[in-house]
Amino acid sequence: SGINRLREVQDQKISNVLLCNMTERVSFWFVVTDSARNVTTVPGSEVEAAIRMNRNRINSAFLLTDNTLQFLKISSTLSPPIEPTVPVWVIVFGVVLCLVVAAILFLVVSGIRQRKKNNNESAETGDLEDKCDTPVTTENGIPCDILDLKAGQINGVYAADDERFTPL
Amino acid sequence: MEKPRPLWDNPLQFIFACISYAVGLGNVWRFPYLCQMYGGGGFLIPYLIMLIVEGMPLLYLELAVGQHMRQGSIGAWKIISPYLSGVGIASVVVSFFLSMYYNVINAWAFWYLFHSFQDPLPWASCPLNSNHTDYDEECAQTSSTQYFWYRNTLNISPSIEEYGSIQWEQAICLILAWLVVYLCILRGTESTGKVVYVTASLPYLVLIIYLIRGLTLHGAVNGLIYMFTPKLEQLANPKTWINAATQIFFSLGLGFGSLIAFASYNEPNNNCERHAIIISLINSSTSIFASIVTFSIYGFKATFNYENCLSKVILLLTNVFDLEEGALTADNLDSMKNYLTSTYPNQYAELLPQIKNCSLEAELDTAVQGTGLAFIVYSEAIKNMEVSQLYSVLYFIMLLMLGIGSMLGNTAAILTPLTDSKFLSTHLPKEVISGIVCFINCIVGLVFTMEAGNYWFDIFNDYAATLSLLLIVLVETIAVCYVYGLRRFEKDLLLMLGHKPNWYWKIMWAFASPVLIISLLIFYLTDYIRTGTLQYQAWDATQGQLVTKDYPSYALAVIGLLVAASTMCIPIGALIIFIMKRLKKRNVSTLE
Repeated sequence: SGINRLREVQDQKISNVLLCNMTERVSFWFVVTDSARNVTTVPGSEVEAAIRMNRNRINSAFLLTDNTLQFLKISSTLSPPIEPTVPVWVIVFGVVLCLVVAAILFLVVSGIRQRKKNNNESAETGDLEDKCDTPVTTENGIPCDILDLKAGQINGVYAADDERFTPL
Repeated sequence: MEKPRPLWDNPLQFIFACISYAVGLGNVWRFPYLCQMYGGGGFLIPYLIMLIVEGMPLLYLELAVGQHMRQGSIGAWKIISPYLSGVGIASVVVSFFLSMYYNVINAWAFWYLFHSFQDPLPWASCPLNSNHTDYDEECAQTSSTQYFWYRNTLNISPSIEEYGSIQWEQAICLILAWLVVYLCILRGTESTGKVVYVTASLPYLVLIIYLIRGLTLHGAVNGLIYMFTPKLEQLANPKTWINAATQIFFSLGLGFGSLIAFASYNEPNNNCERHAIIISLINSSTSIFASIVTFSIYGFKATFNYENCLSKVILLLTNVFDLEEGALTADNLDSMKNYLTSTYPNQYAELLPQIKNCSLEAELDTAVQGTGLAFIVYSEAIKNMEVSQLYSVLYFIMLLMLGIGSMLGNTAAILTPLTDSKFLSTHLPKEVISGIVCFINCIVGLVFTMEAGNYWFDIFNDYAATLSLLLIVLVETIAVCYVYGLRRFEKDLLLMLGHKPNWYWKIMWAFASPVLIISLLIFYLTDYIRTGTLQYQAWDATQGQLVTKDYPSYALAVIGLLVAASTMCIPIGALIIFIMKRLKKRNVSTLE
C-alpha cells in the first residue's frame, strides 16, 4: 500500500512538494503534501521509505551521487563492493603454482636423466679401462708374447752399415 | 673420481648473488625509518663512518675466508682452527632460524601481489557491516589498509596466547614461496647463478620507476624536505651511532655464513677485495636511494591525508552553519574558524570534539618501519595513485625479488656446509638435501600462518639473529686476526690476489671492528637488563590500534632458547673438540 501511495503522490504535481528554510548552502527542508487529502503532509516515515527505494533516480535527477547528495536522517544503503564468483587472487595463484611446479618437475627429471647418462658413460669408460687392464705384460710398449715369438728384434740404431767399418 | 667444486660462470654472477643477498627488505623498510628518527640527512654521517670502519672490512674478511678455504662456513672455520667448528655450526643454526621466518614475508608479498589484480584494489575501501548501513566497525576505527593487513591478511588474534587456527590462504602462499625458493636453489650455483641476474636487477628497475612516479606525485616534495633536513643535534645521541652500526652490520648479512658460502664457489684468484668494496657501496647507496623513494611516498600520503582531513572539516562546518558552497577553503579556514567561534559560540563549542586539527607535520611524523611500512603505508599510498593496479603489482614484485634474493643467500648458508660434508653428499643427491631443508622449514613456518603467527614472527625477527650474530662475527674477527694469525692471513691474500692488504684493512680487522662489536654487545645486554621484561605490540580489534602487552613466560623461554641455541654452539663446539682430542691422546698414549 505504501508503493501505491507513492505512485499517487508522484502523480501529483510539483506544487505538492513544498520547500522551506533554504539557505546559502545548497540545502533545504521539504514536505510533501497529499492533495487527495486536503493539504495534509505525507508522514515523514513514508517519504523516507519512498526516497530509500528511489534513491538512484533522485540522485541522477540532480546528477549527484550518494556521496554528494545527503538526505539527513536517511542513511543510504551502501552498495557492497563487487565480488566476482571466483576470487581473482585464487586464479592468479593457481597459474603461478602450476608454472612453478612444472618448472621444478622439469628440472628434477632432467637432472635424473643427466645423472643416468653420466652413470652409463662412466660405466662405459670403466669397461675400456678393464680391457686395458687384462694382464698383458709389456716391455717398452711391445707385448712380451710378440717378443718371444720372434727371435729377437733388430734394433735399428745399431743396424750395421758394413761400409762404416774400415776394412782390414 | 671426485667431482670438482661447482663455480660461478663468471665473477658477475658472484657480485650479483652478493648484491641480491645483501640488498633486501631492510634497505627498504628499516633504513628510511632510521634516517627519519635519527636526524634526517644528518644520519648519513654516522652511517658512512660505520660503513668504512665496520662494513667494508668485515665483508672483505668473510669473502676472503670463503674464497680461500673453498668450503661452507663449518668447513672454513674448521680449517682456521678445529676448535672453531662451533662458529660454523652457530652460523648454520642462525641461518636456519632466519629462513624459517623470512619466507613468511615472501608469502605475504605473494598474497598482496595476487590481490593487486583486482579492480578496485581490495584495500582501497572498507567492507560493509552485516546490514549494509555502514562500514565494518573495526575498519571504521582504523583505515582500510590497516584493516586489510590485520584482518584479511593476518587475521590477527588479540594476544600471543590465543593461537587460533592456521589460515589456509597464508599457508598456501607460504608453500608457494618455498616452492619458488626450491626451484631457484635446486641445481645449486647452476640455477642460483642465473636467478640472481633477475633478483638483483629487477628491484632497481622498479625503484627507478617509483622514483620517477614518486617525485612527480603531489606533495612528494613535502616528504623529502621534512625527512632530509638534517637535525644535527641527533649526532650527540649515542643511539644514533649504535643504530647506524647495527644497520650496516645486519644490512650486509654478516655472520650468517651466506657470504662465505657464495665466496667458496669463486675462482681462487678472484679479486674479492674489489668486490667487497663494490658490494658494500652498492648496498649503502641502494638504502639511500630507497629512502628517497620512501620519503616521496610518505610526503604524498601525508599531503593526501592532510587535504582529506581539511575537506572533511570544511564539509562539516559548511553543513552545520549552512554556509555557501566554497565559502570555506583551505586558506581561509583558520580565519573563518575564528569568525564562527565568535559569531556562534554555543554551536561551535558543541561541534569542537568532531573538528580535528589537521596538521601536515603530524602526518609526516608518523614514522613506521618493518612490515607496517611495507604493507600498510605503501599500499595506502598506492591506492591513491592513478593506475594503482600497475604500481601495486610492480611494488610487490619488487618486494618478492628482494625477499627471494635474500632467501637464496640464507639457504646457501645452510646447504653449502651440508653438501660439503662427504657423508651426506655421497648418500643423497643435492636436490634431495635441498628438498628436505625446504620441507622442514615450510612445516615449521606454518606456525607463522596461525592467527597469533605475527607475534611469533616478531619474536623471531627481533631475537633470533641479533645478539647471536654480533657474537659470531666478533669470534670470527678475533679468530682470523689472533688465532689464525694476521700474518698468515696476509700471506693467503697475497697468494690469492697478488698483493697484501694495506694498513687500513689490518687496523680495522685487528682493532676497530672488534672494539665496535664489543661495544654494541655491551649496549644490547645493558639495554635488555635495564628494561627488564620484554613487551610486544598486540592488535586490539575493538580500538583499531596497537597496544603494548607483556610476553607470557613460555614466549620468554622461546626467546631464551633462540638466543642460546646459536650462541652456545661456539663454546660447546670448542669443548667437544677439546674432549675428543684429549681422548685421542689418551688412546694414542695407551697404545704406546
